Amino acid sequence: MAKGVWIVAEQRGGALRKVSFEIASAARKLADELGEEVSAVLVGSSVEGLAPELAKYGVDKVYVADDAVFADYTTDGYSAAVAKAVKENDPSILLLAASVQGKDLSAALGGKLATGMASDCTDLKIEGGKLHAIRPMYAGKTFGEVVVDTFPQMASLRPNVFPAVENAKAGEVVKFDAGVSAASLKTKVLETQKDASGKIELTEANIIISGGRGMKGSDEYKILEELAGLLGAAVGASRAAVDAGWKPQTDQVGQTGKVVSPNLYIACGISGAIQHLAGMSSSKYIVAVNKDAEAPIFAKADYGIVDDLFKVVPEITAACKKIL
Amino acid sequence: MNIVACVKQVPDTEALIKVKADGSGIEEGGIKWVMNPYDEYGVEEALKLKEKNGGEVTIVSMGPARAMETIRTALAMGAEKGIHITIDKADEYNTAAALAAAIKGINPDIIFCGQRAIDDDSGQVGSILAELLGLPVVTLVTKLEIADGKAKAVKPIEGAQLLIESQMPCVITAQKGLNEPRYASLPGIMKAKKKPVDVKDAAALGITVQPKAKIVKMTPPPERAPGKIIGGDDPAAKAAELAKLLREEAKVI
Repeated sequence: MAKGVWIVAEQRGGALRKVSFEIASAARKLADELGEEVSAVLVGSSVEGLAPELAKYGVDKVYVADDAVFADYTTDGYSAAVAKAVKENDPSILLLAASVQGKDLSAALGGKLATGMASDCTDLKIEGGKLHAIRPMYAGKTFGEVVVDTFPQMASLRPNVFPAVENAKAGEVVKFDAGVSAASLKTKVLETQKDASGKIELTEANIIISGGRGMKGSDEYKILEELAGLLGAAVGASRAAVDAGWKPQTDQVGQTGKVVSPNLYIACGISGAIQHLAGMSSSKYIVAVNKDAEAPIFAKADYGIVDDLFKVVPEITAACKKIL
Repeated sequence: MNIVACVKQVPDTEALIKVKADGSGIEEGGIKWVMNPYDEYGVEEALKLKEKNGGEVTIVSMGPARAMETIRTALAMGAEKGIHITIDKADEYNTAAALAAAIKGINPDIIFCGQRAIDDDSGQVGSILAELLGLPVVTLVTKLEIADGKAKAVKPIEGAQLLIESQMPCVITAQKGLNEPRYASLPGIMKAKKKPVDVKDAAALGITVQPKAKIVKMTPPPERAPGKIIGGDDPAAKAAELAKLLREEAKVI
């Protein structure tokens, strides 16, 4: 019978990503409730040394496929490796990050393992021994509760939602041969072009400052960037701003952009079209700065300032400089 | 080239989504249905490839009778023919299995899907479809080039961009930025009415739908408590008050 709570630990360039500790902690919580162990699968090149970091967040056992063929993430290579370990050990639950890599890997694994999955979950609970996964749908206009009837019960977890909690366990390393050769891969990474700007990724940011139609142009984002620099925040944009060509598509928050849930979301010059609200209304705190007191964004905001953003935002930056 | 583009009909992004009182689904009355925006990028890329290399584009869609409108839209954009799978709804795995059954006989060189549908937001179907057909997949593609029997695709990830090479045939899931989808022209719309669409149910495809993942309940999002408007005339004073609230009350900065 399927047993154990498993995660796929996500690493890039030989370093674990923060979301790996979040899913390890979520897995620990479920495993404690079920009275089962937490195992992690770690795939990469020269990654065995990362196992103790996972142990710190509640992982009992780390299955490691360490091979030069895994230096770059490929969907076919990594999914073959994880699927092999899962098939050999028959876990009951399998959790991944709903990061770019985790979303890609989890969907391929669902196909390989012929099991069901709940994507991009924001809450998990156990009921009658089964995993119940809560996930936003329609970009957060509704929430669905999903039960998977096949094993493993798979879920991918939205980054930045589940807390990483230290809870040291053994983290025993079990090496396995994934049986993946370079010749067997149908895809390969030819080039990785790092974003030199050092921008913080929207889906992983604790604080997001977004500008909309009210920004009037791309140069005007400087005032948001200044505040963002001070707060360690990412800068986002509404669809109107992206369609106007002021910001790249990768910065778009909303139903046809990124769905985010930071601790603090500051919306500047964003009226609050329903498709934008859908992408950010699960943020813990929302601040709206807008000239129009009737803008729908104020209905979602915890704090609102009705005024010209070009006057207010530099003052917020100045005020924050004083108190931080 | 033999090209397939999978499309799904979804509620327009401006649609207000109301959950049925019993939590079994959403109220469909009054909803304007459109082609999933990410699928539009897939259809456009399929048409561009055909225009460059010759061949034909087949549109495949699963959904209730109204899904035919979306197939016709894609045909009006310029695709040659369609397959309508008349299964109202299924989980991601079974949806992919139905698409795979419909596509198998076509033997496409390339298959396009949207990176996710904006209703269920799962982002799984393209990848599962690839697995079921034994094909490689590149997800979230913003740029695509086909040369020497290989696909070269650009994919944004957190803080970087990858250039990925895939053997063909393959599945590509389209992300915003891949292209600017064309509008259907009036002659296109007229022609689309006469283009062939195969209508197939589960039995005709030789599949049975056995759900693996079930939505047991749907709920509206949690209501947010009413917020505080920081009043006054002086931007500096309002900004200072906000900074104080964020620091001391919300404790988020």
